[in-house]
Amino acid sequence: MKVTFPHMGNTYICVKALLDDLNVDYIIPPYNNKKALEIGTRHAPELACLPLKINIGNFMEAYEKGADTILMAGGRGPCRFGYYGEMHNEILRDLGLDIEVINLEVPNSGYREFLKRVRRITGTVNIYKISKAILNATRVSVEADNLEKLCCRVRPREIKKGEVDRIFKDFMNGIGRVKGSKQILKHIGDTRRKLLNVRIDEKYEPLRVGIVGEIFTSIDWYANFNLEKKLGEMGVEADRAITTSGFIIEHMIKNVLHIPKDLRYAKAAEPFLRTAIGGHAQETIGNMVLYAENGYDGVIQIYPLTCMPEIVAESIIPAVQKKYNIPVLTLIIDEMTGESGYQTRLEAFVDLLNRRKELSKAEKRWAFSGN
Amino acid sequence: MALKKGMKEFRDRYGNRLNILGAGTTGSGRHLAGIVAGADIVKNEITAHAVAAQKTIENVNTIIEIGGQDSKIIILKDGVVYDFAMNTVCAAGTGSFLDRQAGRLNIPIEEFGAYALRSNSPVRIAGRCAVFAESDMIHKQQSGHSLEDIISGLCDALVRNYLNNLAKGKQILEPVVFQGGVAANVGIRNSFEKALGIKLIIPEHYDVMGAYGAALLAMENYKSGGKPTKFYGFDSVDREYYAKSHECNDCSNSCEIVEIISDGEPLARWGDRCGKWSGQKIGKL
Repeated sequence: MKVTFPHMGNTYICVKALLDDLNVDYIIPPYNNKKALEIGTRHAPELACLPLKINIGNFMEAYEKGADTILMAGGRGPCRFGYYGEMHNEILRDLGLDIEVINLEVPNSGYREFLKRVRRITGTVNIYKISKAILNATRVSVEADNLEKLCCRVRPREIKKGEVDRIFKDFMNGIGRVKGSKQILKHIGDTRRKLLNVRIDEKYEPLRVGIVGEIFTSIDWYANFNLEKKLGEMGVEADRAITTSGFIIEHMIKNVLHIPKDLRYAKAAEPFLRTAIGGHAQETIGNMVLYAENGYDGVIQIYPLTCMPEIVAESIIPAVQKKYNIPVLTLIIDEMTGESGYQTRLEAFVDLLNRRKELSKAEKRWAFSGN
Repeated sequence: MALKKGMKEFRDRYGNRLNILGAGTTGSGRHLAGIVAGADIVKNEITAHAVAAQKTIENVNTIIEIGGQDSKIIILKDGVVYDFAMNTVCAAGTGSFLDRQAGRLNIPIEEFGAYALRSNSPVRIAGRCAVFAESDMIHKQQSGHSLEDIISGLCDALVRNYLNNLAKGKQILEPVVFQGGVAANVGIRNSFEKALGIKLIIPEHYDVMGAYGAALLAMENYKSGGKPTKFYGFDSVDREYYAKSHECNDCSNSCEIVEIISDGEPLARWGDRCGKWSGQKIGKL
């Protein structure tokens, strides 16, 4: 059996760690690219969202390289994503591909079915071995996300432009050469040290922008046109609310173990949206409020075209803006590969934030001198 | 290339009597234009439009801008851009769509708006999507509605689409400036005024406000820094420019690399994700 899985930003790194530790043979699909998008749009329903299309592309590219089993995270219906595993299965079967989708979620029929699926992949139900591998893979995921966060912090402050990107590229190229969670964690640690050694301008105070929205487009750097990197190049420190490790811990592990979740976002969203309406809509609103309360200069919402939860969230944003007076830019991603439209919006947004910051500084100075 | 033509016109009219202190470019081709002309300022059109409108109309609160390819709304508060939106995935209601419809109906675009004003009872046209709008128009034509009523209905539909889509959740406060090429269209203008119940201000140079904004920014840049301009001079139009593109196949990203070549020498390259091409030091840059 050769397993494959969606690429989605840095998610492939922790899945690789998991499968390495469990001695499962796998194929990582090529980085998300134009070809994957093209294959996906050809075979997916036209109205499906971009993540489904790119996933299909990933799987078919991996199939060409010999994969025969797909590992999918389910969601038991947070949004359309809940039935994507099944959709993938049907689409690929219709195309006559001999490939099977295994959904890694606890189905309504209970844990027995879940364990059966785990055994299919790992060949074992040794709870100790599996739990250890999951724990280590989660650590990899947390560390990989922290590494990206560090990139976001260093990039706007670096003195020699492009240094962070070079280090991160080496990191990604190096992932293929290491095996198992232990080596991957070491590789992440090495990269971390390199990033901490990048010469930075310590006096520079960058604008701070929070990124909220649908999970795939906010996490995957191909889908979002390297949003964090673009912001960093404009001297802006980006912070992303939704992360792979966050999803694994909050939605998968805590679900299975029935541990109380981190619901700060839900509390923050309460005045605007009291209940989860699917997808990450409540997170979007809640995290937007948290960013505003933490003094961020602006927020960017990003989602794929036709994403219902985020459309609802978008219509709530004016109320949040009114209360917190924080600028919000909404970016909608679809099949377009022309980046200049996004670049224009980002540049204008950063201009806007800069002007606002200058003005509020000037006002403060004026207030002081007035006293 | 429009830029070459414009520069040539400038040269013919003023010769080399002008002493250029600074140059700025804007619009979706701003990076390319900036490289060809040698610009000191390369600014996105949203900021450029806002700067120009503020300079022309004091205390402007709302800017409606509809150009050939896109439409925008810019909200200002206390003299600062407070919020903006730009059409994302649909080009309905932009100049090129109006142009196309005028062409299809055999009406010169200059008279398009006047037709709308002559209508007594505009028909309802679907404005959500350019393709829907066009088929709806054809159906109304076939059922015998007058051209005037259809065109007026189209103007209403596009304005409705603009207000429901771009301006959604935004407060449109007076004074409202309407700029961009479509501001010349009295039909659209009229529909806006009807829908909003306010009077729009159309600046004298509504069709070049972006360029005006870029010029103002270049001036500001000169005044604050005083560095000599990077402008190549109007004679640079005599040089040959052409763009070459190819797909880089060094990794699975397959980026489309664009190369601007002048007199056999590459001036700039871009389009890559990794920086391998755009990061190269080339030519005189």
